Amino acid sequence: MNLKVDVAEENEKSIVSLIGEIDAYTAPQLKESLLPLTRIDNQLVEVDLEDVNYMDSTGLGVFISALKSTKENNSHLKLVNLQNRVLRLFKITGLDEIIDITTAIRGGNQNGQI
Amino acid sequence: MDKFDFIEMKVPAKAEYVGVVRLSISGIANRMGFTYEDIEDLKVAISEAITNAVDHAYSEEDNGEITVGFGVYENRLEVMVADHGGSFNLNQIKGGIGPYKNSEPVENLREGGFGLFLIDALMDKVEINNNYGVIVLMTKYLNEAEVGLDDDQISTRQ
Repeated sequence: MNLKVDVAEENEKSIVSLIGEIDAYTAPQLKESLLPLTRIDNQLVEVDLEDVNYMDSTGLGVFISALKSTKENNSHLKLVNLQNRVLRLFKITGLDEIIDITTAIRGGNQNGQI
Repeated sequence: MDKFDFIEMKVPAKAEYVGVVRLSISGIANRMGFTYEDIEDLKVAISEAITNAVDHAYSEEDNGEITVGFGVYENRLEVMVADHGGSFNLNQIKGGIGPYKNSEPVENLREGGFGLFLIDALMDKVEINNNYGVIVLMTKYLNEAEVGLDDDQISTRQ
């Protein structure tokens, strides 16, 4: 019931790897790590959700904040490797149309744009 | 009246207990034979209800409690989440729930207020009582076919 946040920097790209659950308890910690990265001009902030096995609306709220921040700071937010359950929440809320989400196609090497 | 087992728990109105209640509902739903997908829906729905109650408790006082009740019926699970603080403004919560439209400008996106929308989407039936504090009563049926797969997820079935 915790969340581990790892950030790796690569030139103009930050890779944020998350392990655990995103809920009301862990979302503030995620927000604190994620938002400063989106404030870097021209930065690509890629969030890897492969090991996030639970997320609720508190997580959606953090990603909406981050998206807003990218628009203000000329950076870009990208979510990758979402588990089906997590992806489903983005689809139910229509956020998959607004946030750049790429998820691996099962059994293939390519990435499919959702 | 159907026969049912009732389980009740009280947790402090603090975010760190959302996960504890989530584990409890996972255990109960698993025991009842819900599918993996339904259990995941129940986990999100109950977390949303508790998160709302926690947010509310924080804005009032720091030492509130949340009461959670599980009615275990043969064909359904009824979940009650009661926040025994004052009442929050339901119209404010209900206003503006719903999925995003693609055309909506990013600046207008709201960061909160998704909770009730997700509860509606993930449960078969949702009722909210705002008389003494806020009580959210939500039901999920064991056999999904029974309530149909129509778009309106709030069933009026009794």
